[in-house]
Parts: sequence; structure tokens; C-alpha cells
Amino acid sequence: MSQTGHKIQSKNVDVFYGDKKALSNINLDITPNSVTALIGPSGCGKSTYLRLLNRMNDYIDTFSMTGEVLIDGQDIYSSKIEVEELRTNIGMVFQKPNPFPKSIFENVAYGLKIQGVKDKKLIANRVETALKQSALWDEVKDDLKKPALSLSGGQQQRLCIARALAVDPKIILMDEPTSALDPISTAKIEELIFELKQKYTIVIVTHNMQQAGRVSDYTAFFYMGELIEFDETTNIFTHPKEERTQNYITGRFG
Amino acid sequence: MLKLSGLITVLTTIGIIWVLFSESFSFFKEVSLVEFLTDDQWTPLFANKRFGIMPLISGTLLTTVIALSVALPLGLTIAVYLSEYAPNKVRDVLKPLLEILAAVPTVVYGFFALMVVTPFLKTIFPNISGFNALSAGIVMGIMIIPFVSSLSEDALRAVPKSLREASYGLGATRLQTAFKVMVPAASSGIVVSVILAFSRAIGETMIVAIAAGQQPRLTFDPFVPIETITAYIVQVSLGDVPHGSLEYKTIFAAGMTLFVFTFILNNLSFWIRKKFREEYE
Repeated sequence: MSQTGHKIQSKNVDVFYGDKKALSNINLDITPNSVTALIGPSGCGKSTYLRLLNRMNDYIDTFSMTGEVLIDGQDIYSSKIEVEELRTNIGMVFQKPNPFPKSIFENVAYGLKIQGVKDKKLIANRVETALKQSALWDEVKDDLKKPALSLSGGQQQRLCIARALAVDPKIILMDEPTSALDPISTAKIEELIFELKQKYTIVIVTHNMQQAGRVSDYTAFFYMGELIEFDETTNIFTHPKEERTQNYITGRFG
Repeated sequence: MLKLSGLITVLTTIGIIWVLFSESFSFFKEVSLVEFLTDDQWTPLFANKRFGIMPLISGTLLTTVIALSVALPLGLTIAVYLSEYAPNKVRDVLKPLLEILAAVPTVVYGFFALMVVTPFLKTIFPNISGFNALSAGIVMGIMIIPFVSSLSEDALRAVPKSLREASYGLGATRLQTAFKVMVPAASSGIVVSVILAFSRAIGETMIVAIAAGQQPRLTFDPFVPIETITAYIVQVSLGDVPHGSLEYKTIFAAGMTLFVFTFILNNLSFWIRKKFREEYE
């Protein structure tokens, strides 16, 4: 385990929505500074699992869980954890680009401002760094005051990545980040993911097998709330141990 | 049949506007517009007749401003609570309950202002008059809370859920998310709700007629009796002013003034809604 990395462990995790079991007995260790892809058919629990990691499911009235999710050895569902603080360490990128109806600059600065950072120079620096990291800087550096919603879909999604990076997280969660984008924008985001894993631990939900194959180091296959198989991506795609994994990645169902 | 009922609505509207215009027109043949807008006395029913609309406008604005300063903070807080904090079950009960406030007959509110709120205010401000703008304004504010809260809550709920999640995902608290993301994103809808509440408050009649007094006075002192445009119209309509006289025509001039105000406000809200609607997608 490298020094900068943050390891995510799940131990015997069950998740319920009311009486309905959404995840059952998940045990999964995520390696730092790597990209882990979560794949599986719709409704298999992969997004639920992703949202478990930054406690985004807390807002669902009927949500409940048992088991433990540990980040750096700390149970993030323990009562000692401040959810807001936890989330500053975990960036999230959503399925559809969701910039705030504010300027490009204000979008990226938002996370810092709500943390109470007042130093304007520091904010400006962090905004610039984040936009450079998300490969958007050259396209927007002269238009930082423009509304974020005036950008193209692909640019908006990179802006959302910059917004997540600006608060200096250790982990980035991505929930089908390219499903609403065209192939060129998708390629850009995938390139970006490849760059970002030097510094961050990335967990990405994707419906796109090729994408999982291209960007990830590890792949977890979920099916009907269970983790069927978890291995290095090359193994999953070349010699899966489970027949169901084989069937899914070859497109026989899903 | 449908065509006919639509036609009746349109014709009625045209009729109202026609009467308003023609009667006001004959009023302004006798009283100059300059006098109407600049004189600081409104005494059409006295021997010494003066026709300055300003005292009525000041009374109207005074009660309206008081009403809005009650309804805005409360209505907006309720809207934020309902959309950002309340569990679904609580909202399903609370929202219809609040809307009952708008269903209470205004004459009941007026009575409540006069018999309950004014005596209560007297214990705090002993020199307040029995009829005053403050009491009427406060009660009117309570009445229009649902205008602000309901429409603002609709506007907040129309903001895509993904914005809320983005904010939470960056470590924002519920309060920060509500006021830094949701309220700004819903601002056009919220402004519309405020304008409609404004328009409703300006046109409100019963509460001010009962509790605010009938003394046109160019003042912004909330403790003394005043008269609003609407209350004046009631006063004249109930009196024995001869049909067709100049005194009679004053109510049309006053009504015309009121109409201009609410017409501008309603169009403003319509324009804002149209201009800022498709901010997403």
C-alpha cells in the first residue's frame, strides 16, 4: 500500500431499502491509486455500493445497512464521523453533468467557500490547478465569469470533475460519468481518469464494458445485489472465474 | 359552449376595463392628473375637496410592506424547510394545512386583526391607535404566507435533485446547500411568488377596511389610522354618494390606480417566469 493512497474496505455489508435487500454480504477491498470499475446490469446494486462510500444513501428515507465500510481503517458509518468532513475527502462525479447555475469560477470555488476559505488568492490558485487537472483550463481561462451552463456537455462534466478536485479529495467516485456524453468527450474524460489515478483512488460505475476494460485496473462485477467476482481487470475480461461474469461481459445478458 | 364561456370571460374583462377607463377619463376631465398625483390630501367627501391619491398610495404601500416583511421571511423559511428538511410524510400534511391559511375568509382576518392583534400590540406599544396599519399589515402578512411558501416550495422542488447531491457531495451541510445552491437556483420562481404576494397584498380589501382605519394620511407611521385604495373604494361604495357625481367618480380613479399597480406586477411576474424558465436542460 502506497503512502498517499486511501484504502477502502467493505466488510459484510448488507443494504436495505425498506424491506428490500439491495446489497447482500459485500466484501470488497479497493486498492489505493488505482481505478476500480463497478459493472453489472441495471439494478444490480453497483450505484448503491458507490453511494455507500460517501454516505449519499443517507438521504433516502428507507435506507438502512449493516456491516462496515472502512476508509483508512475508520468506519465511516460510526457515529464519530462528521459526514460533511468525510465528503471533503471523497469527490463525486455524477451521471449527468450537474454544474451549479453559477459562473465557471464559482462552481470550482464552491467546495472551498463552503469550508470557510476566505483567502481569495488561495481560492484562485486552487481553481486554476483544478481546472488544469481536469484539462479544461485552456478552454475556459478567459471565460471564468461565464455561466457554467453555457459550456458544452463534455466541458460541463470536466468542470464537475474540477469542482470535485478543488477541495483536494483522496478518493473520487464516478457514477457513469460519460453516459450522457459523445464519444470525443468520453475519450477526454477517460484520458483524464488515467491521469488522475496517479494521485487519487478512483471508483467508477460504468455500463460500458469497453470503458471498464480501457480505464480500470480492477473490476467488480455485481449481479442482483451480490458481488459475483472481483479481480484485476485483465483477468475479469480474459479468464473470468464465474460463468455469470463471462456471460455478462460477452453481452449475453444485461 | 366552451367557446361561449371563454367569450364571456373575455367580454367581462373588457367590460370592467372599459368602465374603469371611461369613468376615470371623465374624472380626469374635472381633476387634473398633476393634482391627482402631487396633492398631499385626499378629501373628496369633505366640503374642501382635495384629490391627491398619494395618501391612499402611501397607506396601501405601508400595509403591503408590513405584510411582506412578515410573509417573506416566514414563507421562505417554510418553503426551505418543506423542500430541504421535511420528510415526505410531514410535507404531505403540512403543505395543505398551510394552504388553509389562504382559505380563511378575509373578513375573519380583519376581525382578528382588530379584536386580537391590535389589543396585543397595545400592550407593547401603548400609544398605538385602535385602527392602525401595523395590525392590519401583520395579519395580512400571515394571510399571504402560503402564497410565498407554496410557490417558493414548488420552485425549489423544480430545481434538479442532482444539484443538491452535487452540493452534498462537496461536503456542504443541508443549510449551506439550501441557501447557496437551491434558493439561488430557484430564485426566479421565488421572485415570482413574492411579486404575486405583493400583488395580492395591494389588492387586499377586507382586512385593511376593518382594521387599518379610514383616514387617508400621507404617512409611514404604522401606529396611526390610514386608508388604503381598496378601503377607500369600500367606504364610498357603502356610503350615499350620488351616482355620477365627482365623488362617485373618484372610486374609479382610485380603482384605476390600483389596476395599474397590479397589472404591472402581474406582467412583471409573467415576464420573469418566461425569461428565466429554461435555465436547465
